[in-house]
Amino acid sequence: MARPITVTVNGEQRTVEVEPRLLLVHFIRERLRLTGTHIGCDTTHCGACTVLLDGVPVKSCTVLAVQADGRQVTTVESLAVGGLHPIQEGFKQEHGLQCGFCTPGMMMSSFALLQEKPDPTEDEIRWALSGNICRCTGYMNIVKSVRYAAQKMKAAAAVPVEAGARS
Amino acid sequence: MAIDTPPKGFIGESIKRKEDDRFIRGKGNYLDDISLPGMLHMSILRSPFAHARIRSINTKPAEAVPGVVAVVTGALLEQHKLAWMPTLSGDTQAVLATDKVRYQGQEVACVIATDPYVARDAAQLIDVDYEVLKAVVDPYQALKPGAPLIRDEKKDQKDNHIYHWEAGDKAATEAAFKKADKVVSLETFYPRCHPSPLETCGIVADINPATGQATLYMTSQAPHAHRTLFAIVAGLPEEKIRIISPDLGGGFGNKVPIYPGYVVATAASLLLGHPVKWIEDRSENLISTGFARDFHMQGELAVNKDGKFLGLRVKMLSDNGAFYADAQPSKFRAGLFHIVTGSYDLPAAHVETDGAYTNKAPGGVAYRCSFRVTEASYLIERLVESAAVELKMDPAEIRLKNFIRPEQFPYKSATGFEYDSGDYPRALKLALEKIGYEQLRKEQAEKRKRGELMGIGVASFTEVVGAGHGTEYDIAGLRMFDSAELRVHPTGKAILKLGVKSQGQGHETTFAQIVAEELGIPASDVEVQEGDTDNTPYGLGTYASRSTPVGGAATAMVSRKLRDKAKKIAAHLLEASEADIEFDHGKFFVKGAPSKSKTIQDVAFAAYTNLPEGMEAGLEGVTYYDPPNMTFPFGTYVVVVDIDRGTGQVKVRRMVAVDDCGVRINPMIVEGQIHGGLTEGFGIAFMELITFDEEGNCIGSNFTDYLLPTSWETPRFETFDTVTPSPHHPIGAKGVGESATVGSPAAYVNAVIDAVGHLGITNIDMPVSSDKVWTALQEKGAAE
Repeated sequence: MARPITVTVNGEQRTVEVEPRLLLVHFIRERLRLTGTHIGCDTTHCGACTVLLDGVPVKSCTVLAVQADGRQVTTVESLAVGGLHPIQEGFKQEHGLQCGFCTPGMMMSSFALLQEKPDPTEDEIRWALSGNICRCTGYMNIVKSVRYAAQKMKAAAAVPVEAGARS
Repeated sequence: MAIDTPPKGFIGESIKRKEDDRFIRGKGNYLDDISLPGMLHMSILRSPFAHARIRSINTKPAEAVPGVVAVVTGALLEQHKLAWMPTLSGDTQAVLATDKVRYQGQEVACVIATDPYVARDAAQLIDVDYEVLKAVVDPYQALKPGAPLIRDEKKDQKDNHIYHWEAGDKAATEAAFKKADKVVSLETFYPRCHPSPLETCGIVADINPATGQATLYMTSQAPHAHRTLFAIVAGLPEEKIRIISPDLGGGFGNKVPIYPGYVVATAASLLLGHPVKWIEDRSENLISTGFARDFHMQGELAVNKDGKFLGLRVKMLSDNGAFYADAQPSKFRAGLFHIVTGSYDLPAAHVETDGAYTNKAPGGVAYRCSFRVTEASYLIERLVESAAVELKMDPAEIRLKNFIRPEQFPYKSATGFEYDSGDYPRALKLALEKIGYEQLRKEQAEKRKRGELMGIGVASFTEVVGAGHGTEYDIAGLRMFDSAELRVHPTGKAILKLGVKSQGQGHETTFAQIVAEELGIPASDVEVQEGDTDNTPYGLGTYASRSTPVGGAATAMVSRKLRDKAKKIAAHLLEASEADIEFDHGKFFVKGAPSKSKTIQDVAFAAYTNLPEGMEAGLEGVTYYDPPNMTFPFGTYVVVVDIDRGTGQVKVRRMVAVDDCGVRINPMIVEGQIHGGLTEGFGIAFMELITFDEEGNCIGSNFTDYLLPTSWETPRFETFDTVTPSPHHPIGAKGVGESATVGSPAAYVNAVIDAVGHLGITNIDMPVSSDKVWTALQEKGAAE
């Protein structure tokens, strides 16, 4: 019954035998032990399990691991490279999390949003995150966190240009 | 150039949270993240019926599935006297059903297997033969003669009535009603809802068969109390039980009780010699674990023509489900519902409460509230709105006329509370000013002329939080004190261990700030630990907004204890008399000579290296704090809504919240708590509902049916504060985690009623959904 799949998770290619019915979230959490991706509802509503599949946010509780065969999966564990990612920094600076359970999914949805829209409005942020439920914060500080990240990423993107102009 | 010194984290500083660093990296450690070698997985088979007799259970097909290690039934548990367990309200609850199932979703059998998928598959193969009985889903019907008896296993239980409880003075209240010009009444139902923390409940039970050591990783808001209850329920020696409550993905009351799944997993680990994990899926969480509210309330207010309140009379029927398992202080059968006099100077009040069994899930936890304060606050604030409508008075004016006045504190209420402090007019006036109340009333009047529906809702809540004192308040006999242990290391860094348990409230930061304030050790140098019963002092846990009022007080007191010793050491180091030593935020100096000083770090080092003659080494201590009284946070919320007459849709245009929780330790965290509470209050007011059909089928068993607010519909909040310190709390703090859930539902609903009251609509029960509003408008010929 088990069949091999090859998935690139956070840049690392892995070939693993899985049951066809294994959910992607269980593959990530139990097989790879990447426990930053959480399970909140099992029915695609809460978004705690959000990861990126080929750069697009999906609820990994309703995707089969075999559907990720030959594709790229990105989880919260990949965000910090060297230092914190601006999104992570934003969530801390703007108090965008409390219990932290929704936070990884929330950050992955935010990441996808900022790839598509580097300078989103409040309504665009709220719409993009409306598939991610937070029970603690009331979303106001999450919106601020995403804005913080957008500003920071914009500033970072501007740096090399300036440096180049000076030299 | 000025040197940028990092903040010390004293009280009042919005320092960033210490706990965030692991959460934003996906490195939190929640229950489901725990995986032990040889760990087995448990799945629960639940009843599809609300009321049915079990004729037989055939477990053989499940046992035959490869990977299944054991199947546990009630009959097996009965052999170990574990088929029933005591509840927090002194009733009993089935762990696994033996005779009957009494609600849909009740635990019937458990499968333990090597793989969670296999455990689930096998559970579905268990063949249970049920004889379906008539279900009782309405508590009024349940109390009628001839209603099916739900708890027929209890020898002395002849009907479905659980308790009758009263507070206040009946005769004085009757007299007040006789004197009054008018009686305003309101019948309202606060429906069943569910705390639904994003992380569900679960356990990893790990019992070493050789030593008998039981390590139970549990989603627990009260790990110490749970350890004692486990010792009593399971008969395990308490010194062998270690409960570890890891990072919790929210709680909101849902993680206060002990659930059957915990007991079975523990028993299974004991019998099988392997760790056993059980974690609920979302449906299990919604249909079987601690629901909230489900109060049918009738309130009457005796008023004079001028709007002055003379008395309050309340009758309440609580729908407790199949087992009376409310998590509440044992002397109070309906929790602290008798705080129902709220913010008002009511000379007389009488509250009668009754509880009924029905074929619904048990629980009755307080969803982000201090033991039924939410229902009480909702009733009085809705009733005051009704009084304003009937007397044609402004809802703000009628409140100002009846508030307990600032000079009346400490105020003894008609139902027996002593309010510690308050300034209700100040909070209300600030809220009105911030929202621009007068201008909004003008706008409303103009809109009304044009037939547009706009409402302004006011609610001025008062909570009672921070239980004990221990003589009055206990859980299953355990006095409601709490504790803090503080150890200062030679290098001046400290570790603080608490009996309370954060579920996201930011304890690791807030409590470090209390130590910073009291001892001068920067908050960044204070490590806060909670949740491990082997490594923290005994406490009753975190719920009912009690962490800051009780655990926070314990932290301040233990810090002061250490400061006293530190002063003696400082005197020794400064070669001065102790009486001449002064202390200011981490510095000890001789009176009048602040330049020559010793820091708390100098003193900490000396506590291990250079002590006065005869003094014990070390700088550490523990305090068990039993509060002299509860604290009474308060505030006023004002909401503006616009209603679409064509669809009944209510749009919250603005929400201004003024909260007074006494001294704010970390204002950023306090504001975050308020945002969260206002959102959950919004959900309860407009979206969240667990209901049942006639057969007792639960509707609201997943997030398709049980609607939670998302970022899209959640209103933007405008938050403000006043500060009226608690006179009896060491740092004047009152607790804030639940204020907004307690106070806001009435504000939202009052806004809706304010918009439609002139049409003769006096009440719409929560959740105030578009269809209910439209139907109410239609009945008055006002829908489009």
